[in-house]
Amino acid sequence: MKELRNSVCIVGADESDELGTLPNKSMLTLHLEAVRNAVRDAGLKISDVDGVFTAGQHSPATIGEALGIVPRYIDGTTVGGCSFIIMVGHAMVALHHGLCDVAVVCHGESGRSGVGVTPRRDTALPGQYETPFGFGGAPTYFGMITTRHMHEYGTTLEQWAQVAVSTRAWAGLNPKARNREPITVADVLNSRPVCYPFNLLNICLVTDAGGAVVLTRADRAKDCAKKPVYVRGAGEATEHVMLTQMKNLTQSEATRLSGTKAFAMAGVGPTDFDHIMLYDAFTSGPPIMLESLGFCKPGEGVRYFEHGRSTPGGTLPINTNGGGLSYTHSGMYGIFPIIEAVRQQRGECGPRQVPGTKLSLVNGMGGMLSAAGTLVLSHER
Amino acid sequence: MELERPLPQPITPEAKPYWDGLRAQKLMLPRCRACQRAFLYPRVLCPFCHASDIEWVQASGRGKLYSFEIAYQTISKAFKLKPPYVLAMIELEEGPRMMSNLVGIEPDPKRIACDMPVEIVFEKLTDEITLPLFKPAGGAR
Repeated sequence: MKELRNSVCIVGADESDELGTLPNKSMLTLHLEAVRNAVRDAGLKISDVDGVFTAGQHSPATIGEALGIVPRYIDGTTVGGCSFIIMVGHAMVALHHGLCDVAVVCHGESGRSGVGVTPRRDTALPGQYETPFGFGGAPTYFGMITTRHMHEYGTTLEQWAQVAVSTRAWAGLNPKARNREPITVADVLNSRPVCYPFNLLNICLVTDAGGAVVLTRADRAKDCAKKPVYVRGAGEATEHVMLTQMKNLTQSEATRLSGTKAFAMAGVGPTDFDHIMLYDAFTSGPPIMLESLGFCKPGEGVRYFEHGRSTPGGTLPINTNGGGLSYTHSGMYGIFPIIEAVRQQRGECGPRQVPGTKLSLVNGMGGMLSAAGTLVLSHER
Repeated sequence: MELERPLPQPITPEAKPYWDGLRAQKLMLPRCRACQRAFLYPRVLCPFCHASDIEWVQASGRGKLYSFEIAYQTISKAFKLKPPYVLAMIELEEGPRMMSNLVGIEPDPKRIACDMPVEIVFEKLTDEITLPLFKPAGGAR
């Protein structure tokens, strides 16, 4: 802990332009003014900021989006008013290790006048600009990414359907999976249309579930009950919250940055993995993640799900727990691919075990490819 | 009077010129005086160059359908239009993208294509609120 002492400094500090009773300023405006003023006070530019730490109604993804930056380190710890004080400590650790270079810990709140305030996080902007048109919930958004991808790269509904077919085959081998009966591409295409281009079987389950992982430092890990799984690399980034703010609908900049960081930390590249877990809220996520992570050119991601590749016994198993599509999906699914990768690396997976697996990739998204988190896990150092 | 659509809320002060413009049947966009780029959604600093000098300019109302979905079931009780309807992401001529609905065309994926040209239709919801919808440019098909 002592090596953290004095490794980091606060170089800018300021409030919003005004304080008091401000019925003509939204909460987001107060927040952005504060960031602008503090960054100016530091003699830096907003484009220098690559770490965003904020609490409350605005997630760090919203602040990154509003500022037009793509932070590679984010923190949204929200435990009440002291969250910002706590996050200075979090920023200290991130900066110390070079996980970001310029961190902003920031706040904006229309506590008296309630301007631009909604009860749930990140709902104010969609409430103003999207809800009146019938948008609401992931299926009304994620399909846009797919439609555009089909237009730009010629991917087909059959190819997206194959992602569900491959994933369901793995669910058949997982006794905890909810849907285990094999399906075909025709089954997916004939399932109930929900929101073109998605039919029911293109969309993840909605279940009730919990999950957790426990970590400790490597020197203590060998005293724990089972074979430890090393975190070789970790990455993250956020690009946007609202899809209209995404630079290119078919390429997730957040995923690209997150993957780059995790792979660099781990000293690996796409061809080193023998087991892959990709957050599958929809059939279109995993192929696009592979593209954004640099596994293949845009348009080619769907090929990874062909029979004999991602499927049981195939050359590169993907989503071996049956995924959000067929195993479980409680809403925020990201803990579950981590659990599966740990089990695979420990050799605990029985009929769905990937034989001799040495390197697992876990890549998850938040929102509509808005945020990304990437882990490289291995039972070897 | 029951509304067919949920009202946009919360309307924020920095977006007032946008909603005032729509009420007057104009599409107004914030544009940065420093770098001359228009952007949506309205905010108090430019998301491109971060300058705080914003002016409002009238847009042509023309654009293209950057992407779309077709809803076959209604998601929220407050949105009362009967499915199927087209959820649209429009890319305006001036650059910014916005969400809307594509109207004046059958909601059939075989008839709708990304990049098709579109133009604005002003849909009055209440005395206060007019929404920007879009239709295929050059008449419905």
